[in-house]
Amino acid sequence: MPTRMWKWSLSVAAAAVLALPVPSWGQLTQYDLESRMGAESHVGNVTGHAKDAKTAYRRYCVGCHGPLGDGNGENFPWVDPKPRDFQLGVFKCRSTPTGTLPTDQDLFDTIGRGLDRSNMPQWDPLSNQDRADLVAWVKHFSPRWTNEKPGAPIEIPAEPEVTAERIKAGRDVFARVQCWKCHGVLGQANGPSAATLTDDLGRPIAAYNFTEGSRPKCGDTDRDIYRIFMTGLDGTPMPSFADNIKPDEAWDLVFYLRTLMSQPSKAKAMAKQLGLKPVDPNAPAGQQ
Amino acid sequence: MLVSSRFHLRNIFQSATSFAAVALVLASVVLTCSQPVHALPAFARKYGLRCSACHESWPMLNYFGQKFKDNGYQLMNDRDAPIWQNPSYWPITLRITPFWSRESTNKVAVDNAALDATVEQKITTTGFNLSGLDILTGGTLEKNITFLLVPSSDETGAFHFESASVRFDNLFRSPWLNVKVGKFELDSFISEKRTLTLSGSGGGYQLFHFIPVGSGNIFGQIGDNQLGVEWMGHSYNDRTRLSVAVINSVDGNVDLPYGQNSYSAFIAGSHAFGAGRLGVQRVGGYAMFGQAPTTYLTNGGVPLPGTGTGNKSFSRVGFEGLFYLGSKLDVQVFTQHGSDDKWFGACFGDIITGTCDPANNNNPNGPGLPAGARNPTWNGAFVETHYIWNPQFLIFQRSEWVRMSQQAIPGTPSNLGDIDNYVFGYRYNPFMTSRAGFAFHNEYSWIRQRGTSPVTNTDLSTNSVLLGFDFDF
Repeated sequence: MPTRMWKWSLSVAAAAVLALPVPSWGQLTQYDLESRMGAESHVGNVTGHAKDAKTAYRRYCVGCHGPLGDGNGENFPWVDPKPRDFQLGVFKCRSTPTGTLPTDQDLFDTIGRGLDRSNMPQWDPLSNQDRADLVAWVKHFSPRWTNEKPGAPIEIPAEPEVTAERIKAGRDVFARVQCWKCHGVLGQANGPSAATLTDDLGRPIAAYNFTEGSRPKCGDTDRDIYRIFMTGLDGTPMPSFADNIKPDEAWDLVFYLRTLMSQPSKAKAMAKQLGLKPVDPNAPAGQQ
Repeated sequence: MLVSSRFHLRNIFQSATSFAAVALVLASVVLTCSQPVHALPAFARKYGLRCSACHESWPMLNYFGQKFKDNGYQLMNDRDAPIWQNPSYWPITLRITPFWSRESTNKVAVDNAALDATVEQKITTTGFNLSGLDILTGGTLEKNITFLLVPSSDETGAFHFESASVRFDNLFRSPWLNVKVGKFELDSFISEKRTLTLSGSGGGYQLFHFIPVGSGNIFGQIGDNQLGVEWMGHSYNDRTRLSVAVINSVDGNVDLPYGQNSYSAFIAGSHAFGAGRLGVQRVGGYAMFGQAPTTYLTNGGVPLPGTGTGNKSFSRVGFEGLFYLGSKLDVQVFTQHGSDDKWFGACFGDIITGTCDPANNNNPNGPGLPAGARNPTWNGAFVETHYIWNPQFLIFQRSEWVRMSQQAIPGTPSNLGDIDNYVFGYRYNPFMTSRAGFAFHNEYSWIRQRGTSPVTNTDLSTNSVLLGFDFDF
């Protein structure tokens, strides 16, 4: 009898052990995806439906982002930066505070704008409806969208007039919050921390090089640049500075960053006239 | 004089119809054997995008692919320059189609020993064959400097340069300033180089190569790649596109074999707009105006290539539209009104392919214009439909009609040379990756040209069944 009990116990234990991985296998199953097929997006007056994006996703996106949206498409080994894992529900380009979900408009804009210096092209030739449908499709990959609501977009005050004082003040902000540690004192992405940067998944990642002439990933208007450092790029080492930089200072920093960029701008021309020097990391705090 | 004139007219008519019959068969063969198209897995490998990202079904471009092409084969993601590629990357694609076909022509001239005459007979052939080979290389030499080079052979391996051009893109950072020089496809957004139909009899667009029966004007074929320079501009999202090309009137032949100072222009413009759930619709138009030589200096009575003078004009204008009716169905519409100068209509012009009698017609001492000669004109249209079951399976049809509205030579039957062409089929890609393209292709086509059978000058028709494996790598 004890032997029989022992055998039963062993069988149950074995079955339990075998069953343990099941929840992890099932991190995302076809069933989960089907159950979220009702996901919608709302962009302007266009409503996107996940169920209508199946073909478009297969046509345009699946090669990189994979059938399950985990970024493990056939091109995963060959592209750098790696494709986004939609299952995590973490996105770089947002108008919402760090740690929150982006708005549908944010995702819609990212699809249309593409991500410079990556394999994500600008899908703006697609119709608004197709893009809205794809936004809904992207949302259906992550349970975050069923459990959370997107954050409220940050408020961006009206852009002030660029002045020499503001550019100098922006330079001070650049020194104070230590942008130079990653981006370098000249914005060449060669700061002392640049070589050690990794994303949240532990993959090496490069800081943005202001001088090479490429567009910032999340948009190249002044408002876009303001938004980038006030919301941070979630999933990357680029944090949100919303708690460290006041809105007025943020505009100063935008103007200073413009002076580092190779693209012509009013701020850049003014900095040249001023003979503005780069920050000095070795100088005492407040005098950099 | 009257007898002489009638004799001359009859000669022209007979030679014209004979030529037309031969031309139809030749065109069929040429289209079957060599249909250079541009679908480049080399780009897919470079950017890690599947064929379906750029192609509705390769080689036909979708809107994203059109934008990629209009940007000079660049994604504009600051990783277009070759310096960002693995040094072993070589932007080359090979395309060929092994196929089996059944071709049947209702009236072919054959000798009849019993009658000691040439008679017409229906001929049907079946068998395995090859298409021509396209070697497609293209991409960036540096950011915003791009190239396309396409050595192309017929099925026997005889090569020519189908395309060879360099393009300066986004000059002054503007998508409205792109300049291309070399031999290139004219900028119709409905592209014969990317047609989904492959068969010889009806695979190509008839309107892209239409020449009235008896005309010596080969210079107005908008489907042939041309030598020249092109300005092209487009909006950032490619919704609006404009282009103007100035080309030599040589139909893409190198070494200026015709005249020395004969040029043509091709102008195209289109605009796309969203229509809600229906999708993005594109409408546009094109116009080709040109001049080409009609007489040549001679040596021993034979016209000398490169000495053409007596430029006469021709034109092709039309509408083109691409309409999506939801995500699965699209309709292409293409129309044309064409006009050639009466000298072309009377068979002056081309001295190389010898459609008429270059020794007589194309020299200053030739017979001159027949009495009452007029500018030949015609109208035509085609409607092509694609039903995209999914990105891997597509069903297509095209119906095309060309109608002469005025013959060059009075007394010519009004419908001589009219064309009716129908083709339908399907294309199945068993797999879809960003490395190579492979499609099982099956189509049926039927084409009829009025009054062009070689002996009786009655209707000439050909039908074809094609089953092929179309692949590129």
